[in-house]
Amino acid sequence: MATAAETFRICPTTGLKIHLSAQTLIKANAVAAVVFLLFGGLLGLSVALTRWPAVHILPANWFYLALTAHGFNVLLCWIIFFEVAILYFASAVLLNSRLAAPRAAWVAFALMVIGAVMTNVVVLQGDSSVMFTSYPPLRAQPGFYLGLILFAVGALTAVGCFFGTLVIAKEEKTYEGSVPLVTFGAITAAIIAVFTLASGAIILIPTFLWSVGLVSNIDPLMYKLVWWAMGHSSQQINVSAHVAVWYAIAAMTLGAKPISEKVSRTAFLLYILFLQLASAHHLLVEPGLSSEWKVFNTSYAMYLAVLGSMIHGMTVPGAVETAQRERGYTKGLFEWLRKAPWGNPAFAGFFLSLVLFGFLGGISGVVMGTEQINLLMHNTLYAPGHFHATVVAGTTLAFMAITYLVVPLIFQKEIMFPRMAQWQPYIFAIGIAGISVFMMGAGTLGVPRRHWDITFSDALLHYDYPPAAYLMLALNGLSAIAAALGGAMYIINVVASVSFGKSVKGAVRQAQPATPLPAAVVGQYGSVAHVRIPGTVVLVTVFLVSFVLYYFVNWKYLSEVWPMR
Amino acid sequence: MADSAEPTGTPTQERVPFMQRLLDNPFLLLFIGVTIPTVLYLVWGIMELVQIPVAPR
Ligand code: HEM
Ligand SMILES: [Cu+2]
Repeated sequence: MATAAETFRICPTTGLKIHLSAQTLIKANAVAAVVFLLFGGLLGLSVALTRWPAVHILPANWFYLALTAHGFNVLLCWIIFFEVAILYFASAVLLNSRLAAPRAAWVAFALMVIGAVMTNVVVLQGDSSVMFTSYPPLRAQPGFYLGLILFAVGALTAVGCFFGTLVIAKEEKTYEGSVPLVTFGAITAAIIAVFTLASGAIILIPTFLWSVGLVSNIDPLMYKLVWWAMGHSSQQINVSAHVAVWYAIAAMTLGAKPISEKVSRTAFLLYILFLQLASAHHLLVEPGLSSEWKVFNTSYAMYLAVLGSMIHGMTVPGAVETAQRERGYTKGLFEWLRKAPWGNPAFAGFFLSLVLFGFLGGISGVVMGTEQINLLMHNTLYAPGHFHATVVAGTTLAFMAITYLVVPLIFQKEIMFPRMAQWQPYIFAIGIAGISVFMMGAGTLGVPRRHWDITFSDALLHYDYPPAAYLMLALNGLSAIAAALGGAMYIINVVASVSFGKSVKGAVRQAQPATPLPAAVVGQYGSVAHVRIPGTVVLVTVFLVSFVLYYFVNWKYLSEVWPMR
Repeated sequence: MADSAEPTGTPTQERVPFMQRLLDNPFLLLFIGVTIPTVLYLVWGIMELVQIPVAPR
């Protein structure tokens, strides 16, 4: 074991003790994440431009190749590499501990990189355009599944290092009492990750054997059932992780403490208990599964998990409001919000992520997750519209936002282009809100997802979509350009700052005037003393009213497609 | 524990409430978090699928 003096440094902004091996691993995983985001984002742009009938840039075989690679690179590579970085941060850094088994963490990293590259190479060879869902009987080259399996084993190893670090921190008493809330959110994410990755192994190993000819048949329905235990649950890792990131950013930019540790932790507990069951919404139109199974898993159980999100939807802005009121922004209902640090990209990105995730992602998710009204939009573009609101506007934007803190704190580099950073969250948010809304709009008009050409120009049988559907796809294309621009601004700035930025070693880089290390609350347990959240209550009420209205509008639509009047 | 109802990290000898003990035990949470979806989603779902009769040829 190494001695503490050389292997740790003290963070000047948060006062946390940072294990240098953990720091290097956080850097490596974050850098890998950004590289895959760059690649996957460009593919996303090409897909969106192909779906814009007037532009239609890719030929059919390239479209499906690009769509497969897009889903894999952004949903798995970008997000999971970044999540591994978050897990190391939330365990080793926030608990002032050394990281368990840094060697194993490096092996995990290597496995993930090898797996990701392998799957990408196979996809780019062209005969594995099976979408990232790879439903049999579609069969990819064996390397496609093997890459995924290596990636999953690597990620599981990383999760193991996270749990190991929790044990070490407790044994070495590097913290007192309960872990900080952000760490608790990371624990939630890690727990869901275990179920997710285990399900992935259960289904991908036989599928790999099938692709090399050792297994004769994979039942498509059985595949779908188990695959979605991975495919959907991995989205819940994202939700838990980005909610933890929200709390972290609120704490680090405003010194905001949770308004109630108990309530926030209970909300995370609801995720642990119920969130993964919602996987069943991907099988709502599948024959062979009973309505009892579908309705139990998507309705009763899912609503308890949604309750968890709604609690965070109140406690996260509530923490911001309380912190702002403590700073003296007490006028009226919303002075706290108007005078929030909107020019700080970490804060702006976080708050936009919160609002877009709730309003666009949350509401559409509940609508799609309801067995009856799901039939209105199942397998239409509404689905990608919904999940770009959750996993891009929610998760990706939150991860981008915290990067603006990670660069000075962990990489110890100044952000090179602060102006560009200020604008970035807004441009990306506008683009992503656009692609979400317009894909949902097209889906409502019946436009299918994963479809190369809805004009059916070379098909024998035609179908005419309403002109509004074409408008939606065009607006989607324009929004995609804005989103890609926002993404590029993030990547350029981060890469430039990390490679050539000025070192900030020693300096305290915090825009707020010097109350003693307000950011330190990110590593502490404890709620605020006086909760004052009238503004948040109004915002939450607006949210609930929109939610109820939209939900009923969809039941109304459903009654209109009913053939018996 | 006179000034606040919130549990703090002070190592007192009083009984820790059940919920807090649950929330402070990541491995218990891990067990619950893996078992529930395995039983309610996977096992239940797989049992329904294996009961589907094979189509006659
Ligand atoms: C510049 C940013 C992005 C743009 C313009 C974009 C656009 C699109 C479009 C147009 C589709 C295809 C819909 C279809 O035809 O079915 C798509 C699919 C998808 N996107 Fe994105 N996207 C972006 C970023 C992201 C990010 C950051 C993620 C994940 C974190 C993501 C996850 C996915 C997934 C999982 C699919 C489904 C692929 C499939 O159906 O197999 N996208 N995206
Ligand atoms: Cu899902």
